[in-house]
Amino acid sequence: METPASIYNEALNRYNQKIADAATEDMVLNMGPQHPSTHGVLRLELITDGEIVKEVIPHIGYLHRCFEKHAESLTYQQTIPFTDRMDYLASMNNSHAWVMGVERMLGIDQDIPKRVEYIRVLVCELNRIASHLIAIGTYGIDIGAFTPFLWCFRDREHIMGMLEWASGSRMLYNYIWVGGLFYDLPVGFEERCREFVDYFKPKMVELNGLLTDNQVFINRTANVGVLPLDVAINYGCSGPMLRGSGLKWDLRRIDGYSVYPELDFDIPVGKGLVGKVGDCWDRYKVRVDEIEQSVKIIEQCLDRLQKELKRTADFDPRAKLPKKITPKAQDYYVRAESAKGELGFYFIADGRTEIPFRVKSRGPSFSNLSVLPAMAKNVMIADLIAIVGSIDFVLGEVDR
Amino acid sequence: MSIEEIKLLLTNKFGEQVVAGQETTGLQPALLIDPDHIAQVCLELRDNPGTYFDFMSNLSGVDYGVDAGRFGVVYHLASIPYQTQLTLKISREHDRNGDSLPHFPSVTSVYATADWHEREAYDMLGIYFEGHPDMRRLLMPDDWEGYPLRKDYKNAEYYKGIKID
Repeated sequence: METPASIYNEALNRYNQKIADAATEDMVLNMGPQHPSTHGVLRLELITDGEIVKEVIPHIGYLHRCFEKHAESLTYQQTIPFTDRMDYLASMNNSHAWVMGVERMLGIDQDIPKRVEYIRVLVCELNRIASHLIAIGTYGIDIGAFTPFLWCFRDREHIMGMLEWASGSRMLYNYIWVGGLFYDLPVGFEERCREFVDYFKPKMVELNGLLTDNQVFINRTANVGVLPLDVAINYGCSGPMLRGSGLKWDLRRIDGYSVYPELDFDIPVGKGLVGKVGDCWDRYKVRVDEIEQSVKIIEQCLDRLQKELKRTADFDPRAKLPKKITPKAQDYYVRAESAKGELGFYFIADGRTEIPFRVKSRGPSFSNLSVLPAMAKNVMIADLIAIVGSIDFVLGEVDR
Repeated sequence: MSIEEIKLLLTNKFGEQVVAGQETTGLQPALLIDPDHIAQVCLELRDNPGTYFDFMSNLSGVDYGVDAGRFGVVYHLASIPYQTQLTLKISREHDRNGDSLPHFPSVTSVYATADWHEREAYDMLGIYFEGHPDMRRLLMPDDWEGYPLRKDYKNAEYYKGIKID
């Protein structure tokens, strides 16, 4: 076998040489890690020729907090707050996926009371709307539209307030537990949620008039950053990225987990209404349409929660909490549709302890971001901003 | 296609030795593949009209512990046309003393998403993927020493002379 040091450093030396060569011929430009339009601490190294980006080299890891190492030293229940900190804009969805995986390994996923499941879906969908509102608002600001940002944050604030009321925390909830919930919904939550839905529906119409159909916005995003479907699949893109390229692929329908099979909703896909299928505008539009579908799901959940699954005095959301969470020795990969796409956890349980032997998390943003160098070849720097914004990643999840 | 049929398909195509075993106890059955054939197996599973596993959900590097002395890689594939899932596993015994790392073939040529996943496995567990186009560390700095997710990893006390608390 070759001498280790040389082959393990080979790629690094090649990369250093490439940057050194580019520095004399073209220009190497650092975008980030503290650049506002990189949505967190992402560093993009651009090799540019004038205004044209010849190559993008993403550097990630600035927000790495060893989630997987934490998970291997804490019990399944103790890790839930750490999952919240992965995609911190959609924490409910993260803990839902984690909890589902553990429940299936324990074999108690069929025993969860219906009311608990509906509350989980309700808060997940609320959180999905909040996440998409941030995606839309910050995307507007990337392109140069300031007002939608303020409008989206104003509406998101109502959701944050409601989830804080339910869980005690604004963003990092630790609300969904293995076998149940932290608490039942507070009295009056359903009514307040319905008020929010009535308030929110006209706001989306306003937002569409302000941003979606805005000609300046369309000129900046249509036909920009087209992601062909085969490339999207090959790079493991999921969520609005994949649906924006025209594929009807939503794990809420495909896997039909939790109570999603009982709910009626559509899966929006990119149709290339103003440009080509899979451009930045399509991905944006998929998120706008998904908000409407989430509102539809929330209304159905509220119907059920206020009629046949009403709260009762003796209802205890912690009744099914297992005393000891020790799954049998096995490994299991759970996947769920988070706000950004397919969120997966791969568990290896050793069957003896309450601590997983190995956990690997597959963040949707991680795979969605990895397609960037393929998408952003030979584009203008200004278009690169539009492309990066349209991916809608959260660095907390990319770096974990 | 059931896991038995997939197994048959692979052994017919590549010979008996390609499937080293099968795990059927857990919720998700898995095929244990001969490490040297993993790239061909993935290509076949992706392009065969009967399977079409065109989507790689996840790739995890695994350190099976100091006692076991094994390193492995687990592939979670999904088929979009058939809406099925498949787990493939490869593993190899490797001595963790010394500088050499366990080597496995890269599947980047089949699934482009494996690029970053394999870099992460290299970074975290010190698994080297042969044929990977850019085998650099991904999350940790380029000059980091050691592989943090290995079971025998000792927390670094200093990084470039700076004390880590």
